[in-house]
Amino acid sequence: MNGQFLALLRRDLAQLFLGGRRGGALLPVLFFLAVAMLYPFAVGPDAPLLGKTGGGMIWVAALLAAILPLDRLIEPDLELGLFDQWALRGISEEWLVSVRVLAHWLSFGPPLMLAALPASALVGIDGEKLRLVEIGLLAGTPGLAALGVMVAAITAGLRGGAALGGLLVIPLAVPLLVFGAGSLATGGESGLALCGAFSLVLLAITPFAAGAAIRAGRS
Amino acid sequence: MQECRIAARDLACRRGDRLLFAGLSFALQAGQALQLVGSNGIGKSSLIRILAGLMPAYAGTVEVVGALGLVDERPALDPHLPLGQALAFWQRLDGPHDNRAADLGLAELMDVPVRYLSTGQKKRAALARLIGQAAPVWLLDEPLNGLDTRGAALVMDMVAGHCREGGIAVIASHQPFDVADKQQIELKDFVR
Repeated sequence: MNGQFLALLRRDLAQLFLGGRRGGALLPVLFFLAVAMLYPFAVGPDAPLLGKTGGGMIWVAALLAAILPLDRLIEPDLELGLFDQWALRGISEEWLVSVRVLAHWLSFGPPLMLAALPASALVGIDGEKLRLVEIGLLAGTPGLAALGVMVAAITAGLRGGAALGGLLVIPLAVPLLVFGAGSLATGGESGLALCGAFSLVLLAITPFAAGAAIRAGRS
Repeated sequence: MQECRIAARDLACRRGDRLLFAGLSFALQAGQALQLVGSNGIGKSSLIRILAGLMPAYAGTVEVVGALGLVDERPALDPHLPLGQALAFWQRLDGPHDNRAADLGLAELMDVPVRYLSTGQKKRAALARLIGQAAPVWLLDEPLNGLDTRGAALVMDMVAGHCREGGIAVIASHQPFDVADKQQIELKDFVR
């Protein structure tokens, strides 16, 4: 079981970090940084305004960056017949999806949290507020990763699945955004707990929802 | 080799509104091979997927004892990885096994990314993956597609050897497949 887990995780990480020909983990991070860089240009050099709204911008950018790798989370492996081969070996879809959620989170959660440091500097967030942004991202990105894998599994094989996937993630991620970004407001710290709770709910249902979607796609 | 057998009773397959075949039964014991023949679209691949448990049968039951190995039109190897690494991934899942890739003429291709391989070379690679799996029941969907005469002979030898060692092979192919002690099912006999 352990060797199997490591083999699967290693492959998933290689796929997501290096990405083959589809652009790896760098792409969402660069997108995130690009948004953070453009934001002060658009809003203007008003430091108090930037500091006040910058946290929300970081959250929106993180959400949109999480959508970028959606089309290579599940579909390529379905097309290659890998999921069928795993099924023949008695490896359950739920297990495979769990490993993939972990790999997907590792490939964009921690890099995004690192990228949030320069992004925060660009909009003049520091100290206590930066701490809240980082803790919020730590609580929210696992939920975003789970949501991404679930939606990728549901839309895999559909025509225009990638675009549809992006549209599906956005409304479902609203609670994460509301509680995560809301924690930055004065007295909103309890939002972190709710953000984390919603992440846990998504982590708990994703293996079953995505596993069922993959099986249903076979017949 | 692990104990193995397949029994199918009264199988029917439906794709969309069309009933492809019905009332299909057969049983295979260790060492036996079965070839499914029939024209395109008659349900050979669907039957293979039903036997593999990847698709539900519309009616009837399938009983399989022993691990299943499947080769179909998708090699299930990462296209951007060199062949050696792509096969090594399956080896990590399936456990170590004596490397017979050389028999399949793949030894020189180990450094070549899978996406640069020809159809026939990909088929050979998929067969190498199948051998590494050491499963007693082989389900082969059009195993000769894209292979040259030498490759085809090699695959038939491989299947014959597998059956001699006590394995089972189910081959869906419209091409003649030369293996001793082989049953044959014409799917058109089961079209209603």
